[in-house]
Amino acid sequence: MIEIRDLTKTFHAEGGPVHVLKGVSLAIPKGEVFGVIGRSGAGKSTLVRCINLLERPTSGQVVVEGREITALGGRALREARHAIGMIFQHFNLLSSRTALDNVALPLELAGRSRADARAAAAPLLELVGLAGKHGRYPAELSGGEKQRVGIARALASEPSVLLCDEATSALDPETTQAILALLRDINRKLGLTIVLITHEMPVIKEICDRVAVLEHGEIVELGPVFDVFTAPTAEVTRRFVRDLVDRALPANLVARLAAPPPDGGNPVLRIVFRGPSANTPVVSEVVRRFGILLNILQAQVDYIQGEPYGNVIVEAIGRAEDVAASLDFIRSKDLKVEVLGHVAGDARTAA
Amino acid sequence: MSPAMLGLLLDAFLETLLMVAVSSTLAALVGVPLGVVLVATSPGHIREHPVLNRVLGAVVNAGRSTPFIILLVAIIPFTRLLVGTSIGTAAAIVPLTIAAIPFVARLAEAALREVDPGLIEAAQAMGASPVQIVTKVLVPEALPGLVAALTITVVNLISYSAMAGAVGGGGLGDLGIRYGYQRFLPEVMLAVVVVLIVLVQGVQSLGDRVAQRLNKRLVRSRPNA
Repeated sequence: MIEIRDLTKTFHAEGGPVHVLKGVSLAIPKGEVFGVIGRSGAGKSTLVRCINLLERPTSGQVVVEGREITALGGRALREARHAIGMIFQHFNLLSSRTALDNVALPLELAGRSRADARAAAAPLLELVGLAGKHGRYPAELSGGEKQRVGIARALASEPSVLLCDEATSALDPETTQAILALLRDINRKLGLTIVLITHEMPVIKEICDRVAVLEHGEIVELGPVFDVFTAPTAEVTRRFVRDLVDRALPANLVARLAAPPPDGGNPVLRIVFRGPSANTPVVSEVVRRFGILLNILQAQVDYIQGEPYGNVIVEAIGRAEDVAASLDFIRSKDLKVEVLGHVAGDARTAA
Repeated sequence: MSPAMLGLLLDAFLETLLMVAVSSTLAALVGVPLGVVLVATSPGHIREHPVLNRVLGAVVNAGRSTPFIILLVAIIPFTRLLVGTSIGTAAAIVPLTIAAIPFVARLAEAALREVDPGLIEAAQAMGASPVQIVTKVLVPEALPGLVAALTITVVNLISYSAMAGAVGGGGLGDLGIRYGYQRFLPEVMLAVVVVLIVLVQGVQSLGDRVAQRLNKRLVRSRPNA
């Protein structure tokens, strides 16, 4: 359990004070994978670094597992940090230590002997899938392997919280997937609470339970990932999920919609599949029941936390009353449908 | 060259080795920790302390800007206090050490600054104390750079030790001045210069090899990879 209460952080730059965080409050239950998304400069990195006090907030409190971190200093703070693991965008592994010795480092820092620490580190390297690479130096490992060492190192002191500071931003998409799968796995196996900050929407979509959208040091949106991403309210969220919910229409369709035929033409519909009906064959049913033709112009189905989210744009060809009845039918299934405009039916469909 | 001359050359060589070995060891023992303090107390570092940082920085700069030949004679009373005499090999070690300490400190500081701040941050996130950050992160990560710094120091001390010879410190420089220059024995001068060249070459390549071996940042082909 992590509680953040009214956190503010002000940096004093030459041009005057910069308010990086302006009163952020959050409660993250134990075992949750919580994402913070925001553009660069939104304050997300400062927020995550305030949780283990790498950055000391100007005001506000951070409470981890009932212990107020912001009240600690010196030895007590160092002690508390053992319970909070952290991984970094650039891995931050010691180049002079092998993979095994990097993982052993936090245990050595906690006062264990090198041999003892190494013995405890070995199973962690196996857990992250690096069983055969104990003796490799970071320079001999790929980016994905380095981050795996970073994860093993973060887990060495058996923390209850794992902070991920842009942990996949330096990795290619395939490696990102593998690292996210590993984090998910660890979250389930160890019941670890994960706080992950990123500017990449797919990362949040992939593994987070809930997400907070940070903009100019404030949380502008917060909720389950599916809800926030499929029904964004804030402008910045909308921009992040543009590809998901507001995908731009193809250029030729935009041109056709801009010149509707004088006789009315065929309506173009956008149907959004979301919720329980998203899994039912609504389109086929409409075609069969109302005898209209649906010409698919653009279609896409995404899965967010295993739930489908579809976005289909069709040209409806048929009599006006049948099309109207179809719209009512689709709406009765709790799906969203809107008429984007009208286009002239081309020669083929008119025939 | 006569056998007696060769004997003198050998003695002078051993004196130089002794002077350089003792003074560089002492300089490293004081200079490297001083470099650590200079880095750690700098703004934004693990033990920020502007006053201490500025004072130490000024002292180090003063030490480095004093020409060695002036330092050599200026601290004669101090040398006499410490070793009882201002002439001879033991006496030469005092100014050599004092001249080398600020030199080592600045070079060590530069090497330690090269350590990625992200590593210090990671160690802090793991709950490392400032002392642990120095011993477990800063020094091991900067080791190749520190070895390179000490190599430069040793080479410099070899050349300084020749100057110390001018005030009766013994060693190869002393031999070269007294026999080669003052007694017009060019072959002695030549022999001294050749020995010094070989010595410096040897020290430099040994230092390079050690630094390279310690540097794990470069990928090296390994037999089983």
